Amino acid sequence: MPDRNSEPLGAQEDASAKALTVGTATEAEGAPRSLWTDAWHDLRRNPIFVLSALLILFLVLISLWPSLIASRSPVHCELGRSLEGPSAGHWFGFDTQGCDVYTRTVYGARASIAVGVCATLGVALLGALVGSLAGFFGGFWDTLLSRVTDVFFGIPMVLGAIVFLSMITLRGIWPVVLVIAALGWPPIARIARGAVITAKQNDYVQAARALGASNTRLLLRHIMPNAIAPVIVMATIVLGTFIALEATLSYLGVGLRPPTVSWGVDISAASDGMQFRNAPHILLYPAAALSITVLAFIMLGDAVRDALDPRLR
Amino acid sequence: MLLEVRDLRVEFQTRDGLVQAVNGVSYTVEAGETLAVLGESGSGKSVTAQAVMGIIDSPPGRIAGGEVRFQGRDLLTMRAEERRRVRGDRIAMIFQDALSALNPVLTVGFQLGEMFRVHRGASRAEARARAIELMERVRIPAAKERVNDYPHQFSGGMRQRIMIAMALALEPELIIADEPTTALDVTVQAQVMDLLDELQREYRMGLILITHDLGVVAGVADQIAVMYAGRIVETAPVHELYRRPAHPYTKGLLESIPRLDHKGGELRAIRGLPPNLARIPAGCPYHPRCPLARDVCRENPRPPLYEVGPGRASACHFWKETMGE
Repeated sequence: MPDRNSEPLGAQEDASAKALTVGTATEAEGAPRSLWTDAWHDLRRNPIFVLSALLILFLVLISLWPSLIASRSPVHCELGRSLEGPSAGHWFGFDTQGCDVYTRTVYGARASIAVGVCATLGVALLGALVGSLAGFFGGFWDTLLSRVTDVFFGIPMVLGAIVFLSMITLRGIWPVVLVIAALGWPPIARIARGAVITAKQNDYVQAARALGASNTRLLLRHIMPNAIAPVIVMATIVLGTFIALEATLSYLGVGLRPPTVSWGVDISAASDGMQFRNAPHILLYPAAALSITVLAFIMLGDAVRDALDPRLR
Repeated sequence: MLLEVRDLRVEFQTRDGLVQAVNGVSYTVEAGETLAVLGESGSGKSVTAQAVMGIIDSPPGRIAGGEVRFQGRDLLTMRAEERRRVRGDRIAMIFQDALSALNPVLTVGFQLGEMFRVHRGASRAEARARAIELMERVRIPAAKERVNDYPHQFSGGMRQRIMIAMALALEPELIIADEPTTALDVTVQAQVMDLLDELQREYRMGLILITHDLGVVAGVADQIAVMYAGRIVETAPVHELYRRPAHPYTKGLLESIPRLDHKGGELRAIRGLPPNLARIPAGCPYHPRCPLARDVCRENPRPPLYEVGPGRASACHFWKETMGE
């Protein structure tokens, strides 16, 4: 039974390779097999996961320490070189204000990653909290919390974000994160509720109750660890879309504002007055960086979902 | 008197209407005594136990009436927090399928230790030491090495021993075992029952053994309560019940046990099916299946529990005939 899920179809090569390395394999077989170790086993062998994970690792590194690969300052601009094309010292050329596009693209990762990660954390915490309380307590609380979820679910993200953000003039990362988190949690809450209801019906939850565990303990120790996988999958997938959403909002002029360096801000500036028709590089590089980042997160989400959902094995 | 259940009623609200799973069940358990609750699936035996434990899911379940007195105090009127502290500490439960009753993502050591952490505020290290001690007491070999293993790494019999260890952890006064051996194969069943029996004697606990297996009951029980359609139809000391059943249903159950000395003969099954609990027949609920049924059985009120001997009762109008044959 423990080995049921370990071998994907068509893994004869793996099997013969294993036979040759029996000596080292015994150690791994002795280790406890759980959903997580199985998932990790699958993920390490998935090229899409490896590729997207490396890319994301790189993006996280440059958003933490952009000076590693960009020596200039993103706000040091020379108007005299406005819209100058790519050259040897300035691979991505200059934008309208005469700022180095390469430096700005590198520094822009920070805002995008920060918004994506923080908004996802917020959404996951809020969604998991609301969903698991609704699922665990059921009855009146379920009805109340589910209807609140439905109300928020009905608000279109972009529209809601425009309404809230246009009321704030000084927009850094935090207002954008808060608005995305406040509007983006309903899908996660629904998934968490379903997962908690499923986990709650397990005999071991009733057994733990019969042995005197409190509600808090039941929820945190016995239900959550068995219900968290779908929440993690969903969170990984929405992370990419939140990065795109930040760019969308910045492009529409309600997201991040110029002193903050971000891809969305740069894309927005590039399309002002159709500047990019004469100098396509000012649009191309931030847009490409954005696309690659979103793609990396969505691929990661896909790979994680494949690994954590036993039905897809 | 350790436990006294009096006129307990449990209902479930379902799509088919109100289901009366338990209809006025009364029984008592003394310290050191084993009460076997016998019945088919859906007879209400497990629901009664869940009501005593206070783990009925509500909604849809609801305790509609009655009393559950544990050492003189009514559990049903106790505050939720107080009741939680009784669970596991004073009254513990052994579940049928240990694989599904143990949390797959936690080690058995953690789950055993949890009892001490929840109820006694023990430290992690202390809880671990007590967990190993418990595993040794239920004779799990190499307890020290296995304390960090996960439930699926144990065999069925070993898992059931771990369930028993969890129930015994805080030396409760009463243990409810809900079909503790049903999921095990026959040789392991005997070992697990012997262990349970031995530990019960050692600690002088009261034991409620819920089962549908007449073979399991004979060896360990003192008193038997036979349930049918949410009611107790017969109670008797174990040997008297086997020798001279006082209810046609009990008689039917005993006759349906396959016997080696009746080789070649037909197995005598009870005809028909247990009633739908949303539509329990009027009068005696067993009358549609009963060979003795007469008009009086089909009419309300249902037969009361007649006193048929010392410590014996039967809910059959014709208990004399049933016993007399």
